[in-house]
Amino acid sequence: MTTTKQIIKNSTVVNDDWSVLRLQEGDTAETVTVPVGKTLVPLKVWLAQQTVLLHRADIGVWFASDERVEDLQDHVAKFSVIGVDFPKFGDGRGYTIAYRLRERSGYRGELRAIGDVLRDQLFYMQRAGFDAFAVRADKDIHEALKSLKDFSITYQASTDEAQPLFRRVQRGA
Amino acid sequence: MYRYDSFDHQITAERVAQFRDQVRRRLSGELAEDEFRILRLQNGLYMQIHAYMMRIAVPYGMVSSDQMRMFAHIARKYDRGYGHFTTRQNIQFNWLKLQDAPDILADLATVEMHANQTSGNCIRNTTSDEFAGVARDEIIDPRPYAEILRQWSTFHPEFGFLPRKFKFSITGATTDRAAIAVNDVGMQAVRNEQGEVGFRVLVGGGLGRTPFIGTEIAAFIPWQHILTYSESIVRVFNEYGRRDNLYKARIKILVNAIGIDEFRRQVEEDWKFTKDGPCTVTQAELERVAACFIAPAYEKLTDVILPSDNKAFSNWVARNVKPHKVAGYASVVLSLKNAGIAPGDATDAQMDAVAALSDKYSFGELRITHMQNLVLADVKQADLFALWEAAKASGLATPNIGLLTDIICCPGGDYCTLANARSITLAKAIDERFDDLDYLHDIGDVDLNISGCINACGHHHVGHIGILGVDKSGEEWYQITIGGNKGSPANIGKVIGRSFSFAQIPEVISRLLQVYVAKRDEGERFIDTLRRVGPDPFKEFVYATPVPEEAKLLMPDYELMAQGTPYDTPLYSPRF
Repeated sequence: MTTTKQIIKNSTVVNDDWSVLRLQEGDTAETVTVPVGKTLVPLKVWLAQQTVLLHRADIGVWFASDERVEDLQDHVAKFSVIGVDFPKFGDGRGYTIAYRLRERSGYRGELRAIGDVLRDQLFYMQRAGFDAFAVRADKDIHEALKSLKDFSITYQASTDEAQPLFRRVQRGA
Repeated sequence: MYRYDSFDHQITAERVAQFRDQVRRRLSGELAEDEFRILRLQNGLYMQIHAYMMRIAVPYGMVSSDQMRMFAHIARKYDRGYGHFTTRQNIQFNWLKLQDAPDILADLATVEMHANQTSGNCIRNTTSDEFAGVARDEIIDPRPYAEILRQWSTFHPEFGFLPRKFKFSITGATTDRAAIAVNDVGMQAVRNEQGEVGFRVLVGGGLGRTPFIGTEIAAFIPWQHILTYSESIVRVFNEYGRRDNLYKARIKILVNAIGIDEFRRQVEEDWKFTKDGPCTVTQAELERVAACFIAPAYEKLTDVILPSDNKAFSNWVARNVKPHKVAGYASVVLSLKNAGIAPGDATDAQMDAVAALSDKYSFGELRITHMQNLVLADVKQADLFALWEAAKASGLATPNIGLLTDIICCPGGDYCTLANARSITLAKAIDERFDDLDYLHDIGDVDLNISGCINACGHHHVGHIGILGVDKSGEEWYQITIGGNKGSPANIGKVIGRSFSFAQIPEVISRLLQVYVAKRDEGERFIDTLRRVGPDPFKEFVYATPVPEEAKLLMPDYELMAQGTPYDTPLYSPRF
């Protein structure tokens, strides 16, 4: 179990009291003990223990990069925080998971990037639907904040902009 | 040409600032090389054996004279006075310093250019027909659609970290000159029964270690839907493409593993959410972009009878001049395949010269071809002789377009960290062996492609004759394939047998050509004869007697490139 003391949320560095449960060797989704307090649990722990966890308001869930949004489909609205894990920053599946949660499942709560979350990926992450970033602990989170403003204009629609640039503005100017 | 509006300028400027800061953080040690690598690749910056290489995007191969002059400037100021035009219609500079990269991008931005996504696991530069807009067999001009795809794919937030690189190619003609069947997504313009424009879409083509010809996923996607449909293809790939094995990560492997029907089902399942949504291309946007590609102000001319008393000029016309849809005009291919020069290389002086030629003879525009040559698309036939003389003075009039010496070749072992064997030096050896122009013209069309390794940057799979560098216990050897073809129809060549040494290759090619000459029917090209008689006579003759090594190729002169140079090695070169 790791604790992130500060995260970026809504473009500000804030203190954070959620912890992320990761299964250790020997743990199983069915038997692992979910600690008290605000906890993001792996999707498979939620699926295995949902009859108990359903009654806790301080539970969030996180997706591994190879997991599918459909597996949580009916429950998305229950959560105030959902995490998506980036095992390596070059693994881009998390962007599509975020897109699907926002665009297809209508999730409106906090969507948090966890794992190998680095400054130079935050701009794309924000566009794909993340509004919270647990920047890797060895990096300067205040420096990382700057990259959310790398671009002021974007060509495509994504979860942050429903319209592509050619419908947003008068092109050709 | 597409011209940037204020939004394109702003985005490009912000990209330069972003990369400048990333380079600063790398140089200060704040960014580790592992973290920086992906960032620099997405700005076209590679670390090669001797120096940094930057690949600059030339969207669908179109370049203005001012942009060409900028390449000359970069060659002079930051490189060693030359650049290299690539099979994806881009240009690369091979001798750069990391410290200079942000300034180079800033210089490029002044002429509406960039190096965005020319490498890395993202959507790459969209390629197209080098004769777009002027070809006689064109259904529609593909360039407005290529530009619309370029903007959509530039910094797409969901697709910056795909399982592997992703390449689009698009053609508007009936003859495929854009090799659409060997791209991740290939689009071919078609009209439906109502006369509406759409695209036939192929998916999962590609070369590399497992070559595949693309499979049709849709027979007709109306033009309004190309962005949403493409987005669904890439989204499914992003989710399901393999990430456990670099060599099995391309979309072709996914399509082949689950089958085209299942892949199509998944794409359509996703597409139904976005089809007809806000990302549908509007008539207004198409018209805005298409207005950049309207025909230049052609004069009303008639076709000209060219002088026939100059054999050298006639040879050049026969090979390097192509038909144009407007009477009295022609398209001209300027050859970058000259004996002793790496295929696709041009000096700063040559770049300045072609820029001037395009201003004088072709409305100030040029195209870069996937065969690594340059095209002046709109030349008056009456100007051809004068143009030929000027091109000759700059070493750009070799009359060898489509001939054996119009070799496609990767940088190979002289430059590239991946290569098993040298490519450029081999191309030079072949050039020298086949230096008799009459013989070359008699042999006619032959696509010869050389790749220094299985990553197939020289597209050896689709060469009529393909040469692949292979490693056997640390030694360089070459495997020969025959019967490949890059389009209309595309197919993959077959290996003829055991591999050869560097010094044997010219003789092997000579033997293949001897079989062709013996077996050909009147008017048949090498590939036609090969298809008719099959590969066996070729194989048998090549291996019938021992293949001698060409003595001079064993001399140290031919090893010089391999020894490298002590030029500024990159900051973190893997070899030094």
